[in-house]
Amino acid sequence: MLEVTNLHARVVDVEDGEILKGLNLTIKPGEIHAIMGPNGSGKSTFANVLAGRIDYEVTDGDIKFEGESILETPADERAHKGIFLAFQYPAEIPGVRPWQFMKAALDAKHESSGEKKLSVREFSKLFDSKVAEVKINPDLMKRSLNEGFSGGEKKRNEMLQLAILEPKLAVLDETDSGLDVDAMRIVADAVNGLRSPDRSFILVTHYNRLLNHIKPDVVHVLANGQLVETGGPELAVEVEREGYKRFLEEHVPANA
Amino acid sequence: MTTIAPATTIASYARDFSKNEDGAEWLTALRNKAWAEFESLGFPTKRRGNELWKYTDLRVLDTKAFSRAEAASALSSDDLRKIAPWNDDWHTAVTVDGQFSSELSRNLSGDDIAISNLIETAERDKAAVEPALGSVADIAGNAFVALNTALFKSGVLVKVDRDAEPAQPIHILHIVTAAGADNRAFYPRILLLAGENSKTSIIESYVNVSEGSQFTVPVFEASLSDGAAVRHFRVQLENEQAIHLATTRTEQPDSAVFNSTTFATGPAIGRNDVHTNLSGEHSETNLHGLYITDGSSHQDNEISTTHQKPHGTSHQFYKGILAGKSRAVFSGKVLVQAGAMKTLALQKDLNLLLSHGAEIDTKPSLEIYADDVKCAHGATAGHVDPTMLFYLMSRGVRREDAAIMLVSGFASEIIEEFEPESLREFLYSRLERIIPELDSEGIL
Repeated sequence: MLEVTNLHARVVDVEDGEILKGLNLTIKPGEIHAIMGPNGSGKSTFANVLAGRIDYEVTDGDIKFEGESILETPADERAHKGIFLAFQYPAEIPGVRPWQFMKAALDAKHESSGEKKLSVREFSKLFDSKVAEVKINPDLMKRSLNEGFSGGEKKRNEMLQLAILEPKLAVLDETDSGLDVDAMRIVADAVNGLRSPDRSFILVTHYNRLLNHIKPDVVHVLANGQLVETGGPELAVEVEREGYKRFLEEHVPANA
Repeated sequence: MTTIAPATTIASYARDFSKNEDGAEWLTALRNKAWAEFESLGFPTKRRGNELWKYTDLRVLDTKAFSRAEAASALSSDDLRKIAPWNDDWHTAVTVDGQFSSELSRNLSGDDIAISNLIETAERDKAAVEPALGSVADIAGNAFVALNTALFKSGVLVKVDRDAEPAQPIHILHIVTAAGADNRAFYPRILLLAGENSKTSIIESYVNVSEGSQFTVPVFEASLSDGAAVRHFRVQLENEQAIHLATTRTEQPDSAVFNSTTFATGPAIGRNDVHTNLSGEHSETNLHGLYITDGSSHQDNEISTTHQKPHGTSHQFYKGILAGKSRAVFSGKVLVQAGAMKTLALQKDLNLLLSHGAEIDTKPSLEIYADDVKCAHGATAGHVDPTMLFYLMSRGVRREDAAIMLVSGFASEIIEEFEPESLREFLYSRLERIIPELDSEGIL
């Protein structure tokens, strides 16, 4: 599904802005990978680079999705291929309603794949059922996208979009940060409900908390722009207990 | 040394003035006075010290002469519905090419409202019109109010009785047809007399479907009585060669409310000069608007409120969408006079610049001579937010569609204020056509 080789990426417009320094990762269909790491290790950068954010420039290496390089593929087309990023800080967008946004997104996806677009009635039915499924307050859906939403509501709204768009690869960028236990369960339920043999997930997180609710197949530790250790769920437990000190000491960046 | 050439175009306006055929002496006297004022003022220039016209260049008026339109082209009511906001139930007064159209106007009288041809009524009923006409829109020092007063044809009088609350809005619609000649001038005049404790919704719209250059100088004059509430909507759909210099003036005694929302797009040179005068206690005015400029168009918003008495409230909230090499101005002023205690005044101007060539001059200002007031102002100008654009695109919305969605969303905050729904829908359908065509010079 996803094959990342020797990925180097930097922030555009920042000198010495290299954040990812040779990241390698392979994800098979149906797998859930957790990427853990301290602040500044490059977790969010990696998530954003996968989704095609233009503030980051890939300087070396490659990202292949279903066998094809997507480095030159813009964000909208990556979404059509089935990549989804649940944002750490979803943008607030004045005057754009969640319904209208999701209808446009799904229409664009169907148009790209040559499928028939849903009618307004069909889409409304789908939308309402997903709203109920992720237990987001329907009143919020009358507002502008994310405007006046609490942190938890924003994350639920990301899960709503995930459930509607049904991507092949969903990247959750610190979706658990700032969530209370109930909201965390909603996120976990959404992910667990969408697990399937051909859908993969990357959970980017600081903590083991979320991983108690969503069982990952593989856990990676990201430090200094590289995946420095890979293991099973027990690695997450170690990180939770010991912190990141060991990883940072063992893997001093080559150019430091 | 610079010499300023005298305007050679004044003769054209003088010729039009000589064609006036007013029957009432008092009206002739008012017109003469207005003409004398205009002649002595001439068109404003941006010469040093003239802050009011610092950003808007009217030199074209010194070289290009416009003649008052004296005849209307044929227009069917079917055609009208296609180009303008319309609803059969509204009280609608229609002016076509500057001429009042009795055929197209409808529902002009109700139980407690009367809409009529202003000049006809002035000649018939001096007592009703003379004290009000020009009492709010003062000709002194204002070339365009003077010019309009000297040259307006017909005009529209809206009289709302005391305690009246008409169920349907009053629509004053000005159409410039495609069939007429270029270089015509129009002087729409609206006089609104809102009776004590009345509640009125009034739509003032300008639709220009001609291709050529035209000059429109509207004056909307609203005299409110105590406790009157006026909801005003202004729709300006001009062509890109037009010059549209509009004046709105209100007089608001105790507890009188004038809330206005405008939508302005199109002209080569547009100016929306609004001044609301809160002369009574507890009076209120909300002046909101959206301007969209593209190509080489220029839209100037000169928005001001004077607080004379305590407990007044004023909000100025404008939003601009600027594309191409266009330019817009927001000059918001709030004057809080000594004694206008407990005034609440807010000013905000937010701009979305779609191209590098577009330019906004925004200057909200407060002048406060009273203690114990609460005032705030702010202005912003920025490009489409890349974080928002990425968010929409990351869900699969194509770049062009995402940009359109963001621009429409920005506009919708103002559009949502328009009522009734059929007017709002009309504006949304216009936006849908306008926004994708805006020239972002390749950056979106």
